[in-house]
Amino acid sequence: MTALATALPGEKVHITTSPTTEPFWAAAKERRLVAPRCGRCGHFRLPPTPYCPDCQSREVDWVTLSGRGEVYSFAVVHGFPGLPDLTLVPVVVDLPDAPGARLVSNVVDIDPAEVTIGMALTVDFHPIADGWLLPVFRRAR
Amino acid sequence: MAGPNGLRDVAIVGVGATDYYKRGESWPRTTTEMACEAILAACADAGLSVKDIDGFAYYSGAGAGYGEKMDTADFMETLGIDEVTFTASLTSGGGGAAGSIGLARAAIVSGDATVVVTVMALQQAKHRLGTVFAQAKPDPINSFLQPSGLAGPGHLMSVLARRHMHLYGTTRDAFCEIALAERENAQNRPKARFRGVPLTREDYFNARMIAEPLCLYDFCQETDGAVAVLTTSIERARDLRQKPVPVVAVAHGGRREWGRAFAWMGMPDEYFASAGNRPIARRLYQQAGLGPADIDVALLYDHFSPMVLMQLEDYGFCERGEGNDFVLAGNIRYSPDPKPGQVPVNTHGGQLSEAYIIGMTHIMEGVEQMRGTAINQVNGAEHALVTGGPASLPVSGLILGRDER
Repeated sequence: MTALATALPGEKVHITTSPTTEPFWAAAKERRLVAPRCGRCGHFRLPPTPYCPDCQSREVDWVTLSGRGEVYSFAVVHGFPGLPDLTLVPVVVDLPDAPGARLVSNVVDIDPAEVTIGMALTVDFHPIADGWLLPVFRRAR
Repeated sequence: MAGPNGLRDVAIVGVGATDYYKRGESWPRTTTEMACEAILAACADAGLSVKDIDGFAYYSGAGAGYGEKMDTADFMETLGIDEVTFTASLTSGGGGAAGSIGLARAAIVSGDATVVVTVMALQQAKHRLGTVFAQAKPDPINSFLQPSGLAGPGHLMSVLARRHMHLYGTTRDAFCEIALAERENAQNRPKARFRGVPLTREDYFNARMIAEPLCLYDFCQETDGAVAVLTTSIERARDLRQKPVPVVAVAHGGRREWGRAFAWMGMPDEYFASAGNRPIARRLYQQAGLGPADIDVALLYDHFSPMVLMQLEDYGFCERGEGNDFVLAGNIRYSPDPKPGQVPVNTHGGQLSEAYIIGMTHIMEGVEQMRGTAINQVNGAEHALVTGGPASLPVSGLILGRDER
């Protein structure tokens, strides 16, 4: 049996936040996937940035998403420095309820050979360093 | 402004390089000492004194690789350069390699400087570039990328390659053909790490998968070494030792749809499965009054083999989505007398098989092809295309020519 894909061990994953990105991580800590939507023109964007690239507004609505995603593209990574036996499936995720915004994440608990572009995903949250939770994805059932 | 035959107001007059070393093996040399060797070699090639240098035009934020920095004052102190009247860099990374010659040109045509050096040196004794992000400190923006385990630039580009395969049916056979063609070109290159080490299709398909769909041989080398290039006005170039190699067109920049590219992954489909170089191609061909059929040899930034295929599409050697068939038809193989429609690519072995000096070896090979002195010379070549790395903006390109006077 092929090794199932995992996320990086949580204690090895460190993030930092800025006032612009902090609401994303604060929501994740509550197991909610959110994305910033422009308060003026409704354009979604990720990662969060201080201005809307379409209308230059600074107004932001943090929208709680359904947690559904779709594989836009992915890699199957064999090994990570210090962790030669790890298998990761880093994935670029389209978010159907935040059109135009994508997340770079992982598909976990899956045989990498079963991952395909277009596969439906659902979000889960993976504990990482300093008490944060990282959004990761599983195959939707 | 470009005339009917392109810019042609400045020329490359000298090139110089150190030996090339496998990652870390240049120690106890230092990046400064290697950069200085390359600069002195370029001066000797041009027939100029190092004291003639009055300008520095870097790229990659004057980074020496991605870990250390180069500094003009260090070079002046070390080499005895008396006065500089221009010192500047393009931003971001290796995307600006070819475009740095445009920065040199800007200094010269504005009258700010007369002899401008572009140099890159790198040494990977402390940390390797192949998995550079695994050691990077977290910041608020890379926190949206690094946790995924995409540990290096090749890992990031594997995702673009996958999308290209999905959209257009591109195959690993095409990536293999790029690796094989470049390795073949390196076989007679004196400084190539893989001189005398041929690569077979079996080697390629048996190689370790690093970030599927990419294997070991889709990744470029991790090299230590330095390369320098000297640019001056076309008038002065005609009085120097070598045949001048005029800059026919040069551009850097790119569009928002590409932006931070694979550090962002938000590109719309037509950009995601590309090398982000189409806007550069358009500008180069417009400046030069040329099209892809006029390019006799293409020195395409090859950090990762799929990005060569996507640049062939961006620069119009084939249509979008046809890179696979174009490559597999043998069109990028070196021939001294290519047939119409063929374009020899990376006749020096490129970064995959000669050395990775963040794009500088491509400029050097373009110069040698235009002088007519290249080891794998394309007979009668009149125009060489040189590109900077598909990466976060700027990306860049350069067309070199022959002096028609």
